[in-house]
Amino acid sequence: MNASDNRMLPDAIDFRLALCYDVRPNDFRRAGEASTDLKMRLQGLHLAPDIVRRAAIAMYEGEINMVIHAEGGVITVTVTDGEIRMVFEDKGPGIPDIDKAMQAGYSTASEMVRNMGFGAGMGLPNMKQYSDDIQIESKEGIGTTVTMRIFLPEEGTPS
Amino acid sequence: MNVAQLIETGYFDVQHRASDLSGEITDVFCCDLLSIAMAKGIPGAAFVTVMGNVNALAVLRLTDMRLLVLAEGIGPDEATLKKAKDEDITILSSREGIFPCAQFIHERL
Repeated sequence: MNASDNRMLPDAIDFRLALCYDVRPNDFRRAGEASTDLKMRLQGLHLAPDIVRRAAIAMYEGEINMVIHAEGGVITVTVTDGEIRMVFEDKGPGIPDIDKAMQAGYSTASEMVRNMGFGAGMGLPNMKQYSDDIQIESKEGIGTTVTMRIFLPEEGTPS
Repeated sequence: MNVAQLIETGYFDVQHRASDLSGEITDVFCCDLLSIAMAKGIPGAAFVTVMGNVNALAVLRLTDMRLLVLAEGIGPDEATLKKAKDEDITILSSREGIFPCAQFIHERL
């Protein structure tokens, strides 16, 4: 996973942070590195701890989903004054039934993945819970794009 | 009780000692399913689990839990120990089960 600034992004918007991470498939040893990096960078922006925590959890679940199910992919994160936006794009098998996948406890993870402590069927439900908005577009055999947004309070207002 | 004071009890084996042991342990959190731990991990808590892999450390970092406590005689694998050293995270272990480990810590908070 490599973070590089200002890649694939239009320059018309005033980004406080713009990051891109490559996620490798089935690489559980490095899974979580993108989320840890993002957390540190968000802390560097002095965002409220609760916002940072929510973003880190949502990011980690998306990252792990990519490692487990999606044959890797690319995560793009942008932060503006108004929101944190995380876009997960993969060319994996796709999600046949998104409503079913959003149900807590539903999982298609392998036994090997479950033995590592994953596959509890909480990934997408956690992503929904910890973001303010989630959009999922998926086509079987083509891939999936998940976009999560966490809205940032205006400066001077409690988070 | 801080991490140093927990180590001083001698109840746990020290797998890795972080450079700063002064952080206060504010709670105990037990879970082996990492997605649940990710959602419900308590900042400042001792994370008691049988998951001695690098992903447990990632969950600990992201949820701001204080240290990893491995129960049931589980030890960290080589990659986990290396990550703990790289990221300066304390790992303790015990042959006792999750409940006695958690109870021991909780009684001393």
